[in-house]
Amino acid sequence: MAMTTEAPARHAIGVAMKRKEDPRFIQGRGRYLDDIVLPNMLFLALVHSPYPHARIVKIDKTAALAVPGVKAVITGDDLVAANLGWIPTFHGYDKQMVLAVGKAVFQYQEVAGVIATSRDAAFDAAELVDVEYEPLDVVVDPFEAMRDTTIIRDDRENKTNHIYHWEVGKRDETDAALAASDVHINEKMEFQRCHPAPLEPCGIVADMSRGTGRLTLYLTSQAPHAHRTVVSLVTGIPEDKIHVISPDIGGGFGNKVPVYPGYVVATAASVILGSPVKWVENRTENLTTTGFARDYHMNVEIGATKDGKLTALKVTTVADHGAFDAAADPTKYPAGMFGIVTGSYDFPLAFTELDAYFTNKAPGGVAYRCSFRVTEASYAIERGMDMLAARLGMDPADLRLKNFVKKEQFPYPSPLGFVYDSGDYHLTLQKALDKIGYADLRREQAEKRARGEYMGIGISTFTEVVGAGPSKLFDIMGIKMFDSAEIRIHPTGSGIVRTGARHQGQGHETTWAQIVAEELGLDPQNILVEEGDTDTAPYGLGTYASRSTPVAGGAIALAARKIREKAKKIAAHLLEASEDDVEWTNYKFQIAGVPEKSVTMQQIAFAAYTNPPPDTEPGLEATFYYDPPNLTFPHGAYIAVVDVDADTGETKVRRFLAIDDCGVVINPLVVEGQIHGGLTEGYAIAFMQEIRFDSGGNHLNTNFTEYLVPTSLDTPAWETDNTVTPSPHHPIGAKGVGESPNVGSPAAFVNAVVDALSPLGIKHIEMPMTRSKVWHAIQAAKA
Amino acid sequence: MKIRVTVNGTPYERDVEPRTLLAYFLREQCGLTGTHVGCDSSSCGVCVVVLDGERAVKSCTMFAVMADGHEIMTVEGLADGATLHPLQQAFWDCHGLQCGYCTPGMLMTSVVLLKNNPNPSEHEIREALAGNLCRCTGYQNIVKSVQQAATELSKVPVEA
Amino acid sequence: MFPAAFSYLSAHSIDEALASLLEHGADARVLAGGQSLIPAMRFRLARPGVLVDINPVGELNYLREEGGVLAIGAGARDAALERSAAVAARYHLMSDAAAVVADPVVRQMGTVVGSLCHNDPAGDWGVVALASRAEIVVRGKSGNRVVPIDDFLVDSYTTAVAEGELAVEARFPTPGERTSGSYQKIERKVGDFATAAAAVQFTLRADGTIADAGIAIGAAGPKATRVAAAEALLAGARPSKELFRAAAAEAEKISDPIADTRGDVEFKRAMAGVLVHRGLVATFERLGGGVLA
Repeated sequence: MAMTTEAPARHAIGVAMKRKEDPRFIQGRGRYLDDIVLPNMLFLALVHSPYPHARIVKIDKTAALAVPGVKAVITGDDLVAANLGWIPTFHGYDKQMVLAVGKAVFQYQEVAGVIATSRDAAFDAAELVDVEYEPLDVVVDPFEAMRDTTIIRDDRENKTNHIYHWEVGKRDETDAALAASDVHINEKMEFQRCHPAPLEPCGIVADMSRGTGRLTLYLTSQAPHAHRTVVSLVTGIPEDKIHVISPDIGGGFGNKVPVYPGYVVATAASVILGSPVKWVENRTENLTTTGFARDYHMNVEIGATKDGKLTALKVTTVADHGAFDAAADPTKYPAGMFGIVTGSYDFPLAFTELDAYFTNKAPGGVAYRCSFRVTEASYAIERGMDMLAARLGMDPADLRLKNFVKKEQFPYPSPLGFVYDSGDYHLTLQKALDKIGYADLRREQAEKRARGEYMGIGISTFTEVVGAGPSKLFDIMGIKMFDSAEIRIHPTGSGIVRTGARHQGQGHETTWAQIVAEELGLDPQNILVEEGDTDTAPYGLGTYASRSTPVAGGAIALAARKIREKAKKIAAHLLEASEDDVEWTNYKFQIAGVPEKSVTMQQIAFAAYTNPPPDTEPGLEATFYYDPPNLTFPHGAYIAVVDVDADTGETKVRRFLAIDDCGVVINPLVVEGQIHGGLTEGYAIAFMQEIRFDSGGNHLNTNFTEYLVPTSLDTPAWETDNTVTPSPHHPIGAKGVGESPNVGSPAAFVNAVVDALSPLGIKHIEMPMTRSKVWHAIQAAKA
Repeated sequence: MKIRVTVNGTPYERDVEPRTLLAYFLREQCGLTGTHVGCDSSSCGVCVVVLDGERAVKSCTMFAVMADGHEIMTVEGLADGATLHPLQQAFWDCHGLQCGYCTPGMLMTSVVLLKNNPNPSEHEIREALAGNLCRCTGYQNIVKSVQQAATELSKVPVEA
Repeated sequence: MFPAAFSYLSAHSIDEALASLLEHGADARVLAGGQSLIPAMRFRLARPGVLVDINPVGELNYLREEGGVLAIGAGARDAALERSAAVAARYHLMSDAAAVVADPVVRQMGTVVGSLCHNDPAGDWGVVALASRAEIVVRGKSGNRVVPIDDFLVDSYTTAVAEGELAVEARFPTPGERTSGSYQKIERKVGDFATAAAAVQFTLRADGTIADAGIAIGAAGPKATRVAAAEALLAGARPSKELFRAAAAEAEKISDPIADTRGDVEFKRAMAGVLVHRGLVATFERLGGGVLA
């Protein structure tokens, strides 16, 4: 076989290469959960409570069991008897019912499961499960919940709806500084409940094999190993007997992180019946029962001198968690990374506190590209800064430039406990201002205002925090948040890399290959990437909160470097030189200063199996479990230009420019795609998405006719660009980027609309900024 | 009820209940899982297939029995053996997909679009795709993909 | 979501369809495009025992101008109107609407007549039909009857089609050269039902006065609503800002929307006025009316 001695330039990082995973998807040959069919497979359909809060008096299974094809009807009591009535939530301090036990605590809560030989039979029978309810008083307002007149969780020792209090920072000094400030704004704002709603709903095929004694779970999972461990803890089945396979996933966005009742019921049913059981939720179930996002009621106080120098920040939050605390946050961080709320600014003092409450709503809270509550924090500070600018009569860009953390200050210890790794906020914002023609836009705005037209410009200069995280601080249910990579190079110079991450469209099959290719001088087309199979992939905490590039990506680079270390030994052996005289140059090993005496990684790979050095193990592979030394801190500057139609309340987004800085970019095509998608989600949140309940606790947005996803015609065109401020601690200087557009964009949209309407004296509009809300604000202002 | 539906040129004779949706017929009875299901209100379009070579239809909003005697093209029927359809190639070239779940529907709607309007403007493309939702891409590269495919297809002699 | 079981009959002629409908009475529903019926069945809000599929009835699939009307057969898809050169050229109001009904894929199956028979309070075609003064041809055991649209649209989801009958055609009078119209729709996103909608059509006579004004609003009551008071104001009057404002005010007055996630009553009523106004201005501009006095 031909072995090249010349290594073609293997520069792979930064290359906009086409994705390797695409061929199967464009041919309709992806393998998503519902594509999996096993022999003798049964189907699970769930029964849901129509009441938001009700005692379950009786469940009569008779009619359901009589439907031909029905194999079993399972209730909460059945699960309790099997010790599966409750499971721990990912947050670890709470537990949740699998099926309702004793009472239902949110509308659409799962109350029973029907297993049958066909989907139709299961669905028909589910309608016939006769549940007798005794409605109880309903609490859907967290401010009502805090009064404890109706207790939602009578399973807990403390009979209160208050879940926890969290705070960080210097309360007294901050209060004093605010009181002493020339200017002190104190504003309420909400980040409404919304939902990630990926197009593929959640599902499972649970297969307890009586033949092998192993439980195989095909699962829409963003964190297959974590799910395997939880299933083991909950069922008592040892982990070696559990095999979780996360197939192709049609979008995650945090929706596929929690453990859902459907998974547990399907698993229990498979164990009991000895057949595979499939559960695939429908869209209504997805929107009403799976992990919601946000639902923070915030109070933002910012102090400043009269010429706009920040003095202090205080943010107080009421968090609505629904009926169980299932916010999938790292254990020590019940409010996630909300402490990033000082944002890109150099606050001398800051304090934030949060109180969380139960309500009669579905559990969740951490989802929809939030980076663990960073979306809420970023919204608070970026809206707050615009409100401060308005109070000071200062241009919002100038106020930001005046108060940014400066490049020289990095690594920057924030007053709320983070150490920002790197950033250049001035550079990025200035680039955005120049590119959009900010001065011209302000001139145009002045002209339009004179004519009674409402044009607005909104800026958002966010710093977010991803890459959870260092083991001394970050764990989920006790499992540290490292991540892992295992790389094996084959004799003929191609290879396979497996990690503990689990992509749902982020391009890992390409980007990880690019990292390995860069480190080892191989062709990324010949590096196979595998994720999601717990039997073969090394243990990791999965993909969400933009942690994969920072953590798994770091592991991949470091595993590759371990291989390179061994490769050096082999190279020295092949070159008949001492290791000290051999160097890695131009993606080859050569004798220092003698380029004609070189060997390629291909030659080394072959030698690893055919001619390894005498004191070296044959083969060429390495594993690395990476415990990152810090989180990473991407930042960005977004500018939205809008025109508001005062007659209808409609906002047209004329332009949106996003300048992102995620450090070193592995694949610009992939990054740009992530930005487009995240901005579209941010746009949806800002203008049309919410999960709302009426006062009776009825869910108002149960399918896609009421929970709105913008179409191609609704969605603006996005302009993107970047700056590059590498992370000094990351093995390849990369920071992660997928969540940034969701983090940064909602405030840009709201800032723009409020800016447009500021001549009317309008100071704030809550999201979603629907036509009717905007119209009413205008009417009220004009009155 | 016995029905006979030609899918990607192959006749499938199956016995179905009237209530069986076309999407599930294709996925489960014909084994063609490229057509996906994503919602219950005919909003998302991941189920779109082409009916009788001329209409893009949401296969979750059609009963299989309605397709008796008709021709359906799914995403699996787009490529010519190993040769990708220009639309497929374009989606790949232009990064018009991320998770891939909406992609078959986008492709099939685009097939009909380009048949009726071989040289669509960006606005016309966005209009035509407004029945197909995507959560990952923000549509921008999907539009680029369709534009590239339109250019490629215009180089090929138009079939009768 | 999976529908409840039902029996399926496919009709290959109008007579076959009628025979099945007569036989099964209230237990039967007509299946045409199915774009409203099938989602309702998937949610099990509709549970017909029998579906009579009229898609195979080739004789119903037509769109043709004849005898001074655009005759739309019950099998004609929304998309056929969307792509028709005749509709674009002469039926401006319909052409506007055809681009915004539901979404572009649903339009390839949905039918105009089916939509009129479904009579959703926020449906588009009812509003257009009122402003166009359309007529619906209903066939029963004893033959055809022609029902003026005002009598056809009875109430939410209720029309003049009786048990055992089938709506076979919608007739829209062909506008003359001096007639134009405009459909204005507010929706939260493409594919949503209207938050508010208005259909306007009128003729500008040679002497500059208005004739044959048709003005209707949608999503503003249990069914599409004719704004007769506005039509009366316009009849024989000369277009002016004041006239159009007055007509719009009549729309706001008669608007009777429900509060829902699309908006509260006050907002929707105001939008009825805004959209009628915009429809009037757009129609005037299409007719080359010049500067509005």
